[in-house]
Amino acid sequence: MKNFRYLENVTTLRLDREKCIGCSMCAIVCPHTVFTIMNRKADIVDRDACMECGACAANCPVEAVSVTPGVGCASYIIQTWIKGKDAVIECC
Amino acid sequence: MQKLSIKKQEAGPGAAACCIADQGKNDRSPVIQSLGVPMAKSPEDDAPCCGPKQGPPSSPYERPGYRMCRFVVDFVETTVGAVPRIKTSLKFPDLAGTIRARLGISRDRYLVAPGLYCVGTPGPEAPVMVTANYKLSFDNLRRELDDTDAWILVLDTRGVNVWCAAGKRTFSTEEVIRQVKRISLDTLVSHRELILPQLGAPGVSSHKVKRGCGFKVIWGPIRAGDLKTFLRNGRKAEDAMRQLTFTTSERMVLIPVELSLILKPSVAVLLAVFLLSGISPDVFSFSAAWFRGLNVAAAYLLGVLAGAVAVPIFLPWLPGRQFYLKGILTGIAGAFFIVFYLGDSITRLESLTLILLTTTVSSYAAMNFTGATPFTSPSGVEKEMRRGIPVQVIALTVSIITWVAAPFVG
Repeated sequence: MKNFRYLENVTTLRLDREKCIGCSMCAIVCPHTVFTIMNRKADIVDRDACMECGACAANCPVEAVSVTPGVGCASYIIQTWIKGKDAVIECC
Repeated sequence: MQKLSIKKQEAGPGAAACCIADQGKNDRSPVIQSLGVPMAKSPEDDAPCCGPKQGPPSSPYERPGYRMCRFVVDFVETTVGAVPRIKTSLKFPDLAGTIRARLGISRDRYLVAPGLYCVGTPGPEAPVMVTANYKLSFDNLRRELDDTDAWILVLDTRGVNVWCAAGKRTFSTEEVIRQVKRISLDTLVSHRELILPQLGAPGVSSHKVKRGCGFKVIWGPIRAGDLKTFLRNGRKAEDAMRQLTFTTSERMVLIPVELSLILKPSVAVLLAVFLLSGISPDVFSFSAAWFRGLNVAAAYLLGVLAGAVAVPIFLPWLPGRQFYLKGILTGIAGAFFIVFYLGDSITRLESLTLILLTTTVSSYAAMNFTGATPFTSPSGVEKEMRRGIPVQVIALTVSIITWVAAPFVG
């Protein structure tokens, strides 16, 4: 996947190192190797590889990771523009 | 009557044996009969007095109002009821079903009944693997489990694959807990572990599953093909098993569905194309509607091919990161084909219009492909759409105006 890179500096991924307990769950579930565990704390090593799937945030037991998950699908995004973010949207 | 029975069946784990996708023509699966289970009557007793030879008697697994799935070998009696044991090889109907789903035909109804299944001869120690009830996901898992003894817990993801269902929150914490409790999994197995595919993680919080039903989630590899190695290595996934790939074949297999999604609304688009092409100095010309319309239709379809076929295939080699720009590149290449082919049969203004149209359609189709890739973030897609959509709208508007105006200025 290293030969597929998408836009930089766009991800909503945030890591609060203070809260992190070093359980390494984020590193396990991330399909793009965004995290690594160093000195018993998680660290973001490849932020721009993040595709905001939300696996890390869902599996962080102390809510140290946050991300706005979503569907990276054009027709979905067009519908959110038209109907608003909270609308019920039928998609792909 | 049949609907009623199927509903009833959902109450127990035996429900898993039925599926919509695999309604065989003959309920009497030949596999069932070869198992040596006692039948109602021996075939000799059935010697007919007249007419053609009769079929075999019904198998003991048959129930009024149900259909046997072809992928079920037999049923294993357990403390939680009869659990269907399934085949670990795909047969012709499975492959035909895969092809249909990949072409986008009845893809949203290609599912198996949620519930408990098994492969091999699992005991209380055997691992429990969790998957989605999209038949392709189910087939992908079972065909990797030959020589394996395992329980398979199929969640009700409404016939959607693991990753998309996790995004849509049907492959979810709540659904895992619900199925574990419904089946009374704690009375079937002695351990308290569930193996989930890694791509289910956006929908499932492992710590919440533990709290909700006492089972610990073990995150398995992304690809079912790595499961055996994963089990052999003491349920440890190597780094490569945790990373996504997007190989040429993985991209190409997505193309037919992309096309089917685009070509459905294209019928209305093409109708409008022929109508607009007929507008002429003589109010409306049917011959112009047909011949000029054909040119636009060809340009449009070439744009679809450039965006939804060429971009997926050449994705890693097309320069730039934004898909709408990649689509413009393939679109321009495609546009030159059509203009070269039409040559002097159209005016220069018309040629330029068709180049613009093909490029625009390709750009839009390519942008749509972001939704099928495993590496584009929604924030990134939205950012490129804020740039791409205005360009596409302007280009499309200009194309329509110049195409309609062309016969008047020619």
